[in-house]
Amino acid sequence: MRSPFRPIQPPSPSLLDNHRPLVRALERRGVIRGGLSLGALVMLTGCDLDRPASVDAALRTISSFNDRVQALLFNPDKLAPTYPESMVLKPPKFNAYYDITEVKPVDAASWKLEVSGLIDTRTPWTVAQFAALPEQEEIIRHVCVEGWDYIGQWSGVPLRDFLRRIGADTRAKYVTFKTADDYPSSIDMATALHPQTLLATKYARQTLEAPFGFPVRLRTATKLGFKNPKWITAIEVTNTYTPGFWEKQGFGWFSGL
Amino acid sequence: MTQPSSVQPHSGRRLHPIPVRVMHWINALAMIVMITSGWGIYDDDVVISGLHFAGALRLGGWAAESLQWHFAGMWLLTINGLIYLVYGLITGRLAERLLPIRLADVINTVKDTLHFRIAHDDLTEYNAVQKLLYVVVIVAGVSQVITGIVIWKPVQTYPLQQVFGGFQGARLVHFWGMAVIVGFLVVHVALSLLVPSTLWAMLTGGPRVARRDGARP
Repeated sequence: MRSPFRPIQPPSPSLLDNHRPLVRALERRGVIRGGLSLGALVMLTGCDLDRPASVDAALRTISSFNDRVQALLFNPDKLAPTYPESMVLKPPKFNAYYDITEVKPVDAASWKLEVSGLIDTRTPWTVAQFAALPEQEEIIRHVCVEGWDYIGQWSGVPLRDFLRRIGADTRAKYVTFKTADDYPSSIDMATALHPQTLLATKYARQTLEAPFGFPVRLRTATKLGFKNPKWITAIEVTNTYTPGFWEKQGFGWFSGL
Repeated sequence: MTQPSSVQPHSGRRLHPIPVRVMHWINALAMIVMITSGWGIYDDDVVISGLHFAGALRLGGWAAESLQWHFAGMWLLTINGLIYLVYGLITGRLAERLLPIRLADVINTVKDTLHFRIAHDDLTEYNAVQKLLYVVVIVAGVSQVITGIVIWKPVQTYPLQQVFGGFQGARLVHFWGMAVIVGFLVVHVALSLLVPSTLWAMLTGGPRVARRDGARP
C-alpha cells in the first residue's frame, strides 16, 4: 500500500546536484564512528566507583600537595569580609553527618574542656570559667564545601587568646579538636592564630543552642564549614597530624577559604 | 576554492605545529576531567533546581572523589592553558588564526550556513564564526580559571568576587562558563566528525602553510 506521506510526484534528482558537495562532506560513517568512541569515552568516567588503588593514591598525593599550596596561599593577616547585622540568618543552618533530630545535647554541668599537648596549664575548663573569658563578635560568611553559604553572627574568645592563656607553644604545627559527637578535626597553627578564629559560645548574641554546638564550637572565617567542629570537649596543641572526620573520607585537609 | 598563491606545498610549517597539537589534546583531557568532575561536585548543592547530572556522566563516585579530580585537573588545565596563551601570543598564532573578526563576515557566514553553503575545503583559514567561537571558548576557559580560584579562595582573593556579584555570583558564572564550554564542545566535536580532515590535521599536523604577511616570525 502506498504511504500517505509519500509525494505523488517524486522530486527531481537534479535538485540534489546543488547539494552534492554538502552531502559528501557529511560523511555519515565518520559521525557514527566518532559518536561511538565519544560514547565509550563518556562511559569510562562512570567506572570511577571502584577506581584502582593507584589512582586513589595519586589523587590523595595531589590533595596533600594542594594542602601545602593552600598553606602558602594563606595570608595570616588577611581578614575575611564582615557583614551588617541585617544579613544574619537566624537560626543558623544545621549541618552534620547526621540529622538534627539525632543531636545529643551536651550537659553543661558535667561538661569539661580538656586541654593537652604542648601547653603550660592543663587544668580543664568548666562552662562558667569558659563563659567568663573576654569575647569578640564577628559577622562572617559560612561557606560549605557543597557550595551553599550563609551569614552568621558569632561570639566567643579568639582561639589565639585562649592558646596564649593556656601557655601553648604556637610554633607547633597543629591544633586538634575532639568533640562530643565523635567528630575529630585539626587545623594548622596559622589559622588557629588568625584574628577571626573563635571558640564560639554565642550566636546572634544568644548562648549557642544545642544543635549548633553548645557549649563551645570552633568558628573560623578562613576555612570551609566542615572544618568547624561543634560540641568541643578537648583541644590539643601538637606536631602530630590527625585527619578529621571528612578528611578520612577523602576531603582536603587544609580547606582554606 | 583556489589555494592562495603564497602557499607552497612543501615549505613552511604545518597548520598545527607539534606544540599546538600536544597542548590541544592535553586540554581536551583536562577539560573532560574538569567538566565531568565538576558535575560530580555540582550535585550536592544544585545551581538550577531540578538539573542533575547522571551518575554515569560524573567523574568520581561522590563529592569527595570528584573534588579530588577537580583539584588535580585544575593544575593540568591552568598550566597547559597558560603555556598555550603565552605560546599563542609570542608566536603570533592567536592573532594570525583568530583575528580580525568582522561583524559583516560573521553575519555572512551565518547566512551561508543557513543556506547550506558551508565551505570546508580550506582547513588553513577559519571562517568568521569559527574565529568567534574559538575566541569565546578561550575567554570562557580563562573565566573558568578565575571564577574557580575565586570560589576556591573567596577570602584570599577578596574583593575579586564582587566582580561576579559575590560568592554565589562567582559560582553561577562558573556554572555558565561550563555550559558555554560544553556547548562549544558539542559543536566542535560534531563538526570535526563531519569534516574528519580537521580531526586528522589535529593529530598529524595538517597541510603545510606559509606565513601570512604581517605575522611575526
